[in-house]
Amino acid sequence: MSVLDPAWELLRGLWITLKSIGEKPVTYQYPEQKREVRPRFRGRHVLKRYDNGLEKCIGCSLCAAACPADAIFVEAAENTDERRFSPGERYASTYEINMLRCIYCGYCEDACPTEAIVLGDNYELSFFDRRSAIYDKEMLLEPVSSPEMLTPQKVEPGKYSRRSVPEMKDPQD
Amino acid sequence: MLSDWTLWLEWFIKALVLIFALLGGFAYLTWYERRALARIQTRIGPNRAGPFGLLQPIADAIKLIFKEELVPSKADKILFFWAPVITLVPSIIIAAVIPWGTRFTAFGREITLYLADINVGVLYLMSIASIAVYGIVLAGWASNSKYAILGGLRASAQMISYELSLGFSFVTSIILANSMSMLDIVKEQERVWFVVIQPVGALIFWIATLAEVNRAPFDMPEAEQELTAGYHSEYSGMKFALFFMAEYQKMIVICAILAALYFGGYLGPFVDKYPLLGPFYMFIKIVVLLFGMIWVRATWPRIRYDRLMSFGWKVMLPLSLAITFITAMGIVFADIYHNQIFYWAIPLISVLLGVFTVVMIYRELRRKAYERA
Repeated sequence: MSVLDPAWELLRGLWITLKSIGEKPVTYQYPEQKREVRPRFRGRHVLKRYDNGLEKCIGCSLCAAACPADAIFVEAAENTDERRFSPGERYASTYEINMLRCIYCGYCEDACPTEAIVLGDNYELSFFDRRSAIYDKEMLLEPVSSPEMLTPQKVEPGKYSRRSVPEMKDPQD
Repeated sequence: MLSDWTLWLEWFIKALVLIFALLGGFAYLTWYERRALARIQTRIGPNRAGPFGLLQPIADAIKLIFKEELVPSKADKILFFWAPVITLVPSIIIAAVIPWGTRFTAFGREITLYLADINVGVLYLMSIASIAVYGIVLAGWASNSKYAILGGLRASAQMISYELSLGFSFVTSIILANSMSMLDIVKEQERVWFVVIQPVGALIFWIATLAEVNRAPFDMPEAEQELTAGYHSEYSGMKFALFFMAEYQKMIVICAILAALYFGGYLGPFVDKYPLLGPFYMFIKIVVLLFGMIWVRATWPRIRYDRLMSFGWKVMLPLSLAITFITAMGIVFADIYHNQIFYWAIPLISVLLGVFTVVMIYRELRRKAYERA
């Protein structure tokens, strides 16, 4: 067969491409059919809460300091037991991320002492103007399951005022 | 006869139908190609606009019409404008002599299913096919860009080289049919298609047409990786669409010619009784042949330019000459000795010659590999 190779190899190539017509297409029909993201995927940020609804964020601005793109802006205010947002002294009264500046590096996640800011799995970010690219605290905060978990909460005096940083374990994955 | 206005009307309507069929064919050929290529690459292809993506060509057309048209500041403005037109027009008028069927009776008159049956139809095809190269070269020249001029020059050299073997495979089927009229050539295939008598001739025609319409694996004139887009690098918007249109219409027309010359044209079962089946058979044959072109594009890599030229001049031209000679001899001997054996020796000797050519290519490749080592 080797003498006829110049023609034979061409035909063999044709046969291979013809066979692949019968294969199942690998395409995902995107808007209808979405792929699961990977466990460590870095999508849009989410501000986490504790189980009782208090915000994890204590307004320390370490994320803003770590951010290489200068996309995060944080302003802190004092907690009281009448109006408590988070454990400890202070909470973030303003928390804004400019999604057009963010490079999704995840440094804010690493810098956070309370694991409050986490890069989630939402990658469908699109805006009609620059103004709407700035996500504020309401848009970033995790939703709550019941209305009494909403912040600010009225708590019994002294219960959450001492410790602002929770005890943490090393990450597993 | 020419003063009969109904005849003029008939011609006018037929020409209009033909042009619109070609334009619509172009639009849906792009869709067909994208879908077929996608399937070969285990993708789905355009399926968003309308059912099965059938409205995709319309969306493409709207996009191209509204795109900004750029003219390079140092371009030759007049030629730059006319080059796409010169490319497009031959690709449409070449279809005039293709027979789509015989004739049928409607509105109390006989209507032929072809625009013109001129007795030198094949010559007309050859001459019109050669004009298309002017448009491409002029586009390359008028753009005043090195990529465009290189693409244009490559296209001209390639098309002129492969036109010779294309011409000889035309001659082969002219000899077999003993006529230059496309209609007679198709009628002559009622007994047996010419692809059976001269398979190598059909293959040469096929390869030469791939080079003639600048399709893969001979798409050097518009090689993206080397020349960005070749002769139409500087074109955008509707002017680019005209080149695109010309290329795809040439594909359709050349497949129609191949079907007419070697694959029995409009012939098929029951076509004598119902002549309107003719265009339908023609359509099926064209679709199958077009799939061949798309399939080849999905499979074979582009060949190097010097190899393209040496393949054209050193393999295709001698082989097509030999094929023509064998066909002529077979017919002459069958005529002299009244023995059909000579006639049926044509396919046998041709195929043997084709195999011999492949062996010679193999030897040449071996020798080159040996010299390099």
